Parts: sequence; C-alpha cells; structure tokens
Amino acid sequence: MHAEELAIRAQAMAERALSLAMEARAAASEAMPMVEQGAAAAEPFLLLLTIFMLACFVGYHVVWSVTPALHSPLMGVTNAISSVIVVGAMLATGLGESWLAQAFGFLAVTLAAVNIFGGFLVTRRMLAMFQRKG
Amino acid sequence: MGHTLSTLAYLVASVLFILALKGLSHPSTSRRGNIMGMVGMGIAIVATLAQPGMKVGGIGLIVAGLAIGGGIGAVVANRIQMTSLPQLVAAFHSLVGLAAVFVAAAALYAPQSFGIGVPGNIHGQSLVEMSLGLAIGAITFSGSVIAFAKLDGRMSGAPILFNGQHYLNAALGILLVVLIAAFVWTGGNLALFWLIAILAFGLGFLLIIPIGGADMPVVVSMLNSYSGWAAAGIGFTIGNLLLIVTGALVGASGAILSYIMCKGMNRSILNVLLGGFGAEAGGGAAAGPAGPARPVKSGSPEDAAYIMKNASKVIIVPGYGMAVAQAQQVVREMADLLKKEGATVEYAIHPVAGRMPGHMNVLLAEANVPYDDVHELEEINPEFAEADVAYVIGANDVTNPAAKTDKSSAIYGMPILEVERAKTVFFVKRGMASGYAGVENELFFRDNTMMLFGDAKKVTQQIVQALQK
Repeated sequence: MHAEELAIRAQAMAERALSLAMEARAAASEAMPMVEQGAAAAEPFLLLLTIFMLACFVGYHVVWSVTPALHSPLMGVTNAISSVIVVGAMLATGLGESWLAQAFGFLAVTLAAVNIFGGFLVTRRMLAMFQRKG
Repeated sequence: MGHTLSTLAYLVASVLFILALKGLSHPSTSRRGNIMGMVGMGIAIVATLAQPGMKVGGIGLIVAGLAIGGGIGAVVANRIQMTSLPQLVAAFHSLVGLAAVFVAAAALYAPQSFGIGVPGNIHGQSLVEMSLGLAIGAITFSGSVIAFAKLDGRMSGAPILFNGQHYLNAALGILLVVLIAAFVWTGGNLALFWLIAILAFGLGFLLIIPIGGADMPVVVSMLNSYSGWAAAGIGFTIGNLLLIVTGALVGASGAILSYIMCKGMNRSILNVLLGGFGAEAGGGAAAGPAGPARPVKSGSPEDAAYIMKNASKVIIVPGYGMAVAQAQQVVREMADLLKKEGATVEYAIHPVAGRMPGHMNVLLAEANVPYDDVHELEEINPEFAEADVAYVIGANDVTNPAAKTDKSSAIYGMPILEVERAKTVFFVKRGMASGYAGVENELFFRDNTMMLFGDAKKVTQQIVQALQK
C-alpha cells in the first residue's frame, strides 16, 4: 500500500514537472523575439561606442608621439581631417530627400571643403619648411 | 558601391588618417603622412559619391560645393602669412563647427537619408546624438569666431569681464541641457532645434570673451578638440564609423595640446577657461606706486656684437615679439654670422611661445633655421649654464626667474627657460613694460643682464651690421 501511494505521488509530480516545462518553453519562445529586438537596438550603439573609445586611445597614443616642433602642422592636419564631416553633408545633398536638407548639405559641403583643402595645403606649406638644411 | 564596400573604404580612410598623425612624430616622415591624410580624404569622398541612391542633381551640387570651397581653401592656404597661422586655424575651426550645425539640420529635415527615422518620427537615441553634435558644433563656431577676432586684432585681446559672468554661463549651460531634453522628449521639435542652436552660439561667444589674448594657444587647442567631438557627435547621429574614429582622434589631439599648453603655464585648464588672467595684475601694476626706479644696465647693439663675436656658445630665445617684429629672418642671419665666427648657436623654445602650439618652430623653419638647432625647454635648460650668451628676443614672462622663487608672483611655478644662468643675457625690448602676466621681470636687474632697448628687428639688424665689420 505504502509503495503504491508513493508511486502515484511520483507520477503526479512528474506530470506537474512536464506541464511546467511546457509552460517554460512557451514563455521562452514568446520572450525570444523581445530579447532579440532589444539586443538589436542596443548593439549598433554599443558597437559604435566601443569603436569611439578605442579610437580615443589610439588618438591619445599617436598624438603623444608627435614631436612638439610639429604641433602647428598637427593642428593643420587635425583641422583638415575633422572636416570628414563632409561625408554626412554629401549624403544629405546627394540623396536629396528634402530640398531644405539638400540646401543645408550643400552649405556644409562647401564649408568643409574650405577646411579640407585649406587644412591639408597649409600643412604641406608648413612641412615643406621643415626640410633638413645643409 | 554597396554597403560593405563603402564601410571598407571608410576603414581604409580611418587607418590613413591615423598614419597621417603618426607621420608627424618626425619631420622626415611628416610630408608622407600629410599625403596619406589627403589620400584618406579622397577615398572617403569617392566612396560617399558612389553610395547607392545618389541623384545626378545632388552629385552636381556636391561637386559645385567641393569646387567652390576647395578653391577658397586653396587660395587662403597659399596666401596666408605664417605669422597669421593661429587666426587661420581659428577660422578653420569655426567652419567645422558651422558645418556640423548644418549637417545636424540636414539630418533633422531628412532623417531617412541616414536611416534614423522619418521626418517627425526620429529615433530618440539619434535625437540625443544629433542635439549633442549640434550644440558642440555651434559652441565651436561662435567660440572660434571670437578667438579669430582676438588673434587677428579685430577685437581687443583684453579679457572682457562683467559681474555674474560665470553664473550666467552656468545658467545658460543648464538651460541648454533642459532644451536638449525637451527636444528629445518632443520627438525632434523644429523650433527647439533652432533654439538649441541659438543658445549654443551665445554660449560659445560668452565662454571665450573673458579669456585674454595670450591664453589663446589654450583656446585654439581646446576649440580644435571641440571640433573633433562635434564630428564624432554627428558620426553617432548618422551611424558613420569614419566620422566617429576621426572625431575621436581630433578630440584627443586637441585635448592633449590644451594640456601641454596649460602645463607650460603651470595653470589648470579651469583657471584658463574662467578667464581674466592678466587683467587684474596689469591694472594693479599701472595704478601702483611708481617706487624708486631700480637700476638696469643697457647697452648698444655694437656692445652686444662685440661680446657675441667672442662667444663660443650662443642660445637664442625667441618669443611672440620676434614674430610681431618680423625679425626671424634677420635673427637667422645673425646666427649664421656667429656660426662663421666659430660659435655654436642654438634656439630655445618655450611650450607657450607664439600664439598656438608649435607656432615659433614654424616661424623659425620659415626663416630657414635648421630644425636640429631648435630645442624644447627640457632639452635646452641644462645648457644655459655652459652658454656665453643668451639672446632673448620678444620673450619675457617665460624667462622670469621669479617663477622659481617668488611664491607671491602670478607666474610662480611656471616652467621657465633658465637664461639667467648664461654668462651674459641680452634682452631685446622696446621699453621696461611688463609682459602679459603683468609681472616685472627679475632678470632685467641682474648683473649679467644687458638690456638692448629698441625694435627687435632693428636692434638685430644693427648687430648684424656690426658683426659684418
């Protein structure tokens, strides 16, 4: 009698476990898309932030290795390359989704171009003076 | 060009930009570095032009913009005098700032171009990034315009101070944060966008006016840094890796230069930014009692030429005054003559000499001074004790021994060029006026100092004539 009772209780527990497992599986499959969506939203930003932080470190080390005598050319070059913002301006101008955006894009392209040409050329002029003289 | 291919092109451009900076570790590799930078920029522009969906009319506008802007930039870069370099760089920074403002505006009116939503429904995160790029860009613009005006002499270099200035700036800063929050909360309200822009323009203006003319090296470096952060902010907004990497490089570079400049003056960046340096001290000195005049020894250019002719080691200490007098060429002629007499001639450059980092090095290089003869402070200081002559031309505060001994001095703790240890110090100066810090220079009254009163260029020319006899 005792053993029989035990067997019945064991069976009942097994059935409950099975139903819980089924429930958990359903919940998991329901949750899955939500998790994926969350990760998808967070991931690009985190990826960009990671790249940004790493680039800060690269900048830190590269710039400390610049000789103080060339700090003015350094400003010239950084000035020119920060105008890479022209990429955003070109997209706004070229894709032409709105005339207002296109106008702003055109102005930004022009301003950035002054900087790109001006920055690189004035740096070239400076560096040409730093030739080794006999 | 597909998405993968353009991303790859941007990666190549990023690497080339890093190599461009790396090239500047030595003059011999610097020119190649600059070319790499140009190639990187070329790749970035071509890759962007080849993006799918570019319209013919749009491409026409881009090419027109590049041609107009590029033409102006090329002409300016080739015509500018090297003494005016600092104001040119300040002007360039203002353009980057304004370009960032315009790109942020373009992203607001056509978010679909950058895949961040549709007009009136832009992703919240993108709005945060957009408003940061906008605010930093606008501050960079107006701040740089003021820095340009001060450096170019279009407005007084004197600090502009008024009561409650710092409270006003703090209040405007808080208001800016509130407006950005509101802008994001309303999902990108157009009016709020332009309010942020106007407020940030005003803030940039107010932040720079209290800072004095000779603190401009720090300001120019700092605005250099801001222009980088603005580019990075726009990079986050439009999800572009190249902008983010480059922005970080430039931001780090400007921050390091600001740090070096502050250290050269032994002042904290906060002290510089709060401004007003030199205003009080200068006023006090003018109003103070005249006191008994302390005796100084002055001499003629001929005396100086005679002593220098017999010197075996001469160290020249140029400052911004040399650049103002356009004396660099004749200083180099003097050095050549002394070298012919068998002396070794070297140049000592203080980190804050000139109006921007490294400015004095460029001016000397322009006058054909070999860069091997030009030395930084730590390198040259031990050599003054062995020098027969130190020739100080257009520098003042950076040679004041009081910085080492007088705790009450405004420049106490500033690293100085130890010219007083040379056997004879020649100090070329118009009169007895104090330098930017408003502090009298101890050096004038030393036994081994001889003042050469007059215009830097004329005095040096007379020395050259005497040496040629």
